[in-house]
Amino acid sequence: MKCIIIDDEATARAIISQLCSNFKYLDVLEEFTNAIQAIKYLNHNEVDLILLDIHMPDFTGFDFIDTLKNPPKIILTTSDPQFAIQAFEYECIVDYLVKPIELTRFEKAVQKAKSIPVKSAKNFESLISSSENVESSSGNDLYVNIDRRLIKIDIPSIYLVEAKGDYINVKTEEKNYTVHSTLKKIEDKLPNNLFLKVHRSYIINTKKIIDIEDNSVLIKKDIIPVSRANRPELMKRLNLL
Amino acid sequence: METPNLTYIEKLSGGDEAFKKKLIAIIKDEFPEEKAVYEKNIGIKNFKLLADNVHKLKHKISILGLEKSYDIAVAYEENLIEGNTKGKEDFDKILANITSFLTTL
Repeated sequence: MKCIIIDDEATARAIISQLCSNFKYLDVLEEFTNAIQAIKYLNHNEVDLILLDIHMPDFTGFDFIDTLKNPPKIILTTSDPQFAIQAFEYECIVDYLVKPIELTRFEKAVQKAKSIPVKSAKNFESLISSSENVESSSGNDLYVNIDRRLIKIDIPSIYLVEAKGDYINVKTEEKNYTVHSTLKKIEDKLPNNLFLKVHRSYIINTKKIIDIEDNSVLIKKDIIPVSRANRPELMKRLNLL
Repeated sequence: METPNLTYIEKLSGGDEAFKKKLIAIIKDEFPEEKAVYEKNIGIKNFKLLADNVHKLKHKISILGLEKSYDIAVAYEENLIEGNTKGKEDFDKILANITSFLTTL
């Protein structure tokens, strides 16, 4: 089975790689320190199994799974036993390993993954896109409260809004603004002919899309994940050839 | 205070001395970095980041066989998520304990 390891901790990656080396049928192709790198890799490579950490900064293992259209088999590796219930919601998750992982428990998990037939289809669909058909915005301004000052932002200049805990990061052509607010609140204020929530942590200005590669969008220099649930709406907005 | 040990690492390595050395070297590199980030975030009282830092350090604690310390770290992480630093002193002692142990390797 061709597999990859995703974990932000070097120690964990080394341990999982060592555990894999005990099984000839496991071929570790790559190791990644974050999910975004893995998404890019998976856009061009097929794998049978992903050994995935849940708890990673900014982009969790579950966020990652949400971006995959046809996810391969996944074994979660985590220090958080409390996420086990959430893991049951995903058909692709074949097992759930709590760190530190013992060899006998690891063997049980990979045997389980091996016993499930390997998917032959390519894991990720290619998309061809253009954003030319998006209507121009109304040109409204948005005022945000930063350090007790109301700062005006030109809405069409916003290309990305990302959730960061209790804050949102509003990125514009000129400047970035960190505002104490929620993605839901700003989503209600932005014109929906121009902006689209593509992931639970990201709203993008669809007019600013540079390209779309499977389950991610490139806007400026930011690669933004697109979750499965939001992909159909994004596709509807595009002037596809 | 519990004494850290290499039982898990030795079991994992299965006699592979090269791997054992490699893993210890990674831990010796990564642990001080994670500890430094934690200490920096203590200074700015960012509880979410602190909880993330403790979460990461927790794995090292378990790898080094510190079972009671691991439970302390779990409780401290939960307190940080709730926005308080209860358990900080005990957790800091665990970090000092590991730091001291790693210098002997």
